[in-house]
Amino acid sequence: MSTIRTPRGFGNWWVRKGRLNASHALLIALACTTLLPFTWMVLASFKPLNEVQQLNPIPSRWQQENYTEVLNSKDISFKKYYFNSIFVAGWVTLLCCLTSSMAGYAFARIRWPGRDHVFKLYLGTMMIPGVVMMIPNYTLMVKLHLLDSYVGLIVPAAFTAFGTFLLRQFMLTIPSSLDEAATMDGASHWRIYWDVILPLARPGLIVLAIFTFMGNYGSFFWPLILIKSEHLRTLPIGMLYFDTMYGKQTNLIMAASVMNIVPLIIVFIILQKYLVAGIQLGAVKG
Amino acid sequence: MNSKRLTTVTALCFLLPNFLGFCTFTLGPVVFSLGASFTNWNLMKTVPLRWVGFANYVKLVHEPKFWLYFVNTAYLMLGMPIAIAGSLFLAVLLSQKLRGVIVYRTLFYLPSFTAGVALLILWKALYNPSYGPINTLLGWFFDGVGLSGAELPEWLTSTKNLLALGYERVEIVANQLGLGARDAIIIMGIWTAVGGGNMLLYLAGISNIPQDLYEAADIDGASVWAKFRHVTWPQLAPTTFFIVIMSFIGGLQGGFEQARVMTLGGPAGTTTTLSYYIYIKAFEEFQIGYASSIAWVLFILVFSVTMLNWRFGSRYVNY
Repeated sequence: MSTIRTPRGFGNWWVRKGRLNASHALLIALACTTLLPFTWMVLASFKPLNEVQQLNPIPSRWQQENYTEVLNSKDISFKKYYFNSIFVAGWVTLLCCLTSSMAGYAFARIRWPGRDHVFKLYLGTMMIPGVVMMIPNYTLMVKLHLLDSYVGLIVPAAFTAFGTFLLRQFMLTIPSSLDEAATMDGASHWRIYWDVILPLARPGLIVLAIFTFMGNYGSFFWPLILIKSEHLRTLPIGMLYFDTMYGKQTNLIMAASVMNIVPLIIVFIILQKYLVAGIQLGAVKG
Repeated sequence: MNSKRLTTVTALCFLLPNFLGFCTFTLGPVVFSLGASFTNWNLMKTVPLRWVGFANYVKLVHEPKFWLYFVNTAYLMLGMPIAIAGSLFLAVLLSQKLRGVIVYRTLFYLPSFTAGVALLILWKALYNPSYGPINTLLGWFFDGVGLSGAELPEWLTSTKNLLALGYERVEIVANQLGLGARDAIIIMGIWTAVGGGNMLLYLAGISNIPQDLYEAADIDGASVWAKFRHVTWPQLAPTTFFIVIMSFIGGLQGGFEQARVMTLGGPAGTTTTLSYYIYIKAFEEFQIGYASSIAWVLFILVFSVTMLNWRFGSRYVNY
């Protein structure tokens, strides 16, 4: 058997090697295509305005003032927008993780009458388009005088059926012998939740936290309809207004876009292990 | 008995903070918007609030614009199969034992992770008909192949499209054949989505295929294509099914950010999708009742596509 397989395996090795090289060539070409728009953006962000419209790929002079001009613009205070985006996304994430993990615990680890019906209610709302809820939520904010406020930005975004769903699924995978043992030792549900389940559910929590934070950091629709004041704008809304005001100054707009995107890229590179796992987890369980 | 009740009370305490928020901002609004869709509610006018029955829905289906925007929404979904096939192709390439897979994966994932207003603004500049790099490159290409006079697409400012759809009513108009705003949005969408979540889902799907299926195929002397056709593709059917459903659901609700940031729904309404139309009606014209009825039509569409897919899909998946 082995005498027959060896030459064949050897031949396969060459075929495989050739195919891997071809794959590398193809992947590099595709990666370059993906990167091309980003490259143009970075180059344009360093150009003097008249060169953006010319065809030279490399700026004749690397004009870093574009960036300082964007940061120090009088009408648009990006520093404030960064703060707003991080502040809002941070609070949403905190509230979401806390309440979702508690609700997930109630669904996954405690038996109570009607539990599965209530859970189905949560599940059922997950396929409803966000815009259906957006209209009544907007009128609710009008009634509560929460238009144009941090509270209005944070609170309606913090309670998602998805977060509860995700953490419930995650907590179901934790062996029930653990809380049974803790109950034997006389631990209350609060204790089990805090000391046993939460630490074990940490990977799920991290995934939920990252997705909630990133989703709200880039959130567009809700802040767009809710915020009227300049000082409450989040980054995407600030970017939109910057584009409207400086529409013709492509080099400045590209500098602003680069500043928008770079933090995301850094976060992605640091957290990509969790992100990739999270996307795949969401689908497998879904 | 007593301890059972105590357990229930404890469970409800755990649930309550989330449940209150869920009722206030999700469940309540769903019911409320259904009710609102049967009224003439307008935040601006001082017209008294009235129950109008199905009047909003009747008005909607008789409005030619609605059907145009529906067609726009469907048109923008034409890029879906290309994007999904691209994701699958990348995933198959990346699932070989290659050096630097993580680097490639990161690069491909970059557009979908950074997607948002900044990238839409970037593409608006790329598509600029007079100085955008896309038309510059196309111009060079045409010069190179000896077509220097060829007319370049006007992208986001053109109503043309590859199906020659007119923009006044749902019809085919020959002079509308070409590349325009909707095609620009599709191309951008493919660039964004190909290396995104779907690629990661396919990668996970491929890594779950039992290795002995490939070994068996190798012993039979199967070619690379035969292995893909008879092992990878059928084994990935559940993943594909999931991706198609999610893309449909996303596509029906799509196009809002692109329209708001890049085109304001134009030219001549050709990039106005259902979700952007709802935005205009609700938050620029404050016709809450009418906008709610469009939102519910959108919901019904999403729901029926999901149901259709489940029925059709359940036959498909069990190989």
